[in-house]
Amino acid sequence: MEKRVTFRGWLLPLLLIAPQVIISAVFFFYPAGQAIWQSLFIPDPFGLSMQYVGLGNFEFLLSDPFYRASFVTTAIFSILVTLCSMIPALFLAVLADRLIKGSGVYRTLLIWPYAVAPAVAGVLWLFMFNTRVGVVSWYLGQLGYDWNHVLNGGEAMGLVVVASAWGRISYNFLFFFAALQAVPKSVIEAAAIDGAHFWRRFWTIVLPLLSPTTFFLLVVNIVYAFFETFGVIHTITAGGPQQTTTILVYKVFSDGFVGQDLGSSSAQSVILLIVVGLLTVVQFKFIEKRVHY
Amino acid sequence: MKKSLIGTLAVSTILSPLAAMAQTEVQFWHAFTGRLGELVAAQVEEFNASQSDYVVVQSHKGNYSETLNAGIAAFRASEQPHILMVFEVGTATMMSAKGATKPVFEVMAESGATFDPDAYIGAVKGYYTTTDGDMLSLPFNSSTPVLWVNRNAFEAAGVDPDTDLSTWQNVGETLDALKAGGSECPLVTAWQSWIHLENFSAYHDVPFASQDNGFAGLDTELQLNGEAQVAHLTAMGEWAQDGKFIYTGRRNEGGANFRAGECALFTESSAGYAGIKAEAEFDFDVRPLPYWEGVGSGPQNTIIGGASLWVMEGHEAEEYKGVGEFLAFLSSSDIQAQWHQDTGYLPITAEAGDATRAAGFYDENPGTDIAVIQMTANEPTANSKGLRLGSFDQIRGIIDEELEAIWAGDKSAQEAMDSAKERGDALLRRFETANR
Repeated sequence: MEKRVTFRGWLLPLLLIAPQVIISAVFFFYPAGQAIWQSLFIPDPFGLSMQYVGLGNFEFLLSDPFYRASFVTTAIFSILVTLCSMIPALFLAVLADRLIKGSGVYRTLLIWPYAVAPAVAGVLWLFMFNTRVGVVSWYLGQLGYDWNHVLNGGEAMGLVVVASAWGRISYNFLFFFAALQAVPKSVIEAAAIDGAHFWRRFWTIVLPLLSPTTFFLLVVNIVYAFFETFGVIHTITAGGPQQTTTILVYKVFSDGFVGQDLGSSSAQSVILLIVVGLLTVVQFKFIEKRVHY
Repeated sequence: MKKSLIGTLAVSTILSPLAAMAQTEVQFWHAFTGRLGELVAAQVEEFNASQSDYVVVQSHKGNYSETLNAGIAAFRASEQPHILMVFEVGTATMMSAKGATKPVFEVMAESGATFDPDAYIGAVKGYYTTTDGDMLSLPFNSSTPVLWVNRNAFEAAGVDPDTDLSTWQNVGETLDALKAGGSECPLVTAWQSWIHLENFSAYHDVPFASQDNGFAGLDTELQLNGEAQVAHLTAMGEWAQDGKFIYTGRRNEGGANFRAGECALFTESSAGYAGIKAEAEFDFDVRPLPYWEGVGSGPQNTIIGGASLWVMEGHEAEEYKGVGEFLAFLSSSDIQAQWHQDTGYLPITAEAGDATRAAGFYDENPGTDIAVIQMTANEPTANSKGLRLGSFDQIRGIIDEELEAIWAGDKSAQEAMDSAKERGDALLRRFETANR
């Protein structure tokens, strides 16, 4: 039987949920409503006049082959960023967890990159891979590989993925490390006595016990790849070459704040809202079922 | 101790509004850093020291695009500066923003400051003036593309540095010789769309867009996929494939390669002068931008790049008076001549050019007058007056993408320019709708 706590009267419960409701209204419902409203117009940059175009902005977007390609780019980018930030994080967490001495030092050092702002991380990586003065591109040149992410879309994508994933490894590491500490030692010891070697124990015991954390990180990292990486993309490639690194959010940013086309930018926000809504439903409906709490 | 601190605070709070009342403040947002930033700051200081009624406060707001966007965002929040620097690409956007800007001719008339629009050289003035002859913004820094030559790199590759480079035909042969002589970077460029399409079209007297490049109306369409442009880009694409033209980026990234002495030829704005003179440890000289012999009607004139100063609407009459005084100060002959000699930007008044010549500057610094000559050589035609296209910052982005596709060998020049036209026209139609 489920335990229920009930309040007498309305005032106190209303007061208790008020902060959350107000924050959602101010920072979500109001701007989202504005975006939907603005997506029906083509305004001039200065906000002096607006022309009603109905669904014209959506028509303009969906008939643009580059915009349609941007969905695929976003999917590839998000999957790569999520994988590249979670797998190394888990690996490092497992290693740090096995340490008996000095794990504090490793932990601190591994968390450091998280303190670097995305745009700054972008500049750092850009500097290393700069086609003219970059250290890494120079070594690649010595090996006979001609690195040029300014013209090569694949290399550009690789670079923005690495730069975006780098700082996130720290964040993911922290969660995996905490989760590993919470795995009961008794279960692992029991398995060890039964003769299961390390990797066997990892696959059959540790990983399933980590699944709530993994699921949480999966959701958080996809959201990160979707919404917080435009700083990295802006500093490294500005969406190029030939829009091979233009993800949906970057296009919202560049059309709205660089191109001053607020109508198209709003329409893109509305489309993004729908995409993210669907994604969240998929994640919770299908993936969460496989998580053991 | 505590009391005296409070006392000082009280005094200072009483005094500061008095100080502000005595001197009217004028906000000036610009896009200059480095050496150019210092020079602008010096101009502002000189103005502030020259009189006691107004104080101009200059602030750097990022690169050209960022400065324009900062101004637009500030206007929407009613926090706009008095004077905003807008690059030539944003001209159509500013011109359509009636109600956000106050035309310069109006500001000058109201302020009573000395102002003679006819003092400006035609090619510069035309860019910022309505068809009725009203000057909407004040030309500030204008430049035009030229060809920079690293003489040492020529010698290292065994090529005569005095080779005739006036035509692209000759440049093509020279590139072959440079490559054969072991040059790793025969040619590099800055601002590819501005130099190799916009100026290219004006220089060969072929249209870049219909309706006189947008001057005659908002219903303009791009014509950059014409025969002349495609032929030029095809040649450039082949040079890129053969490693004779090295692509470094959309803005002026190539300047670093050239100034470091890696590249033999560099197409860049005449305003690259300040940086090249300061950093280059090799002999360099300036040549006119090459043209294709037999294409169009030979070298017409090139067009300007750079920025002008727009006055924003929504301030007090007294402040506009200060704006007028400051703008008159900036366009005075002495200031302009100094600016031209320091930076390589064009002298925007005929008087400033004459003063520079009279002072012997061109004799001491050969080649610094090439930009002026190249721009004023012929009376501008409908194709070479300049460009006035809405959303042009975004359209340049599209052109950059398509050009990159040519350099990478992904598209032919014709395919890329057809696609640039189609995508650019879509944005022009949106701009037309927004400003109906």
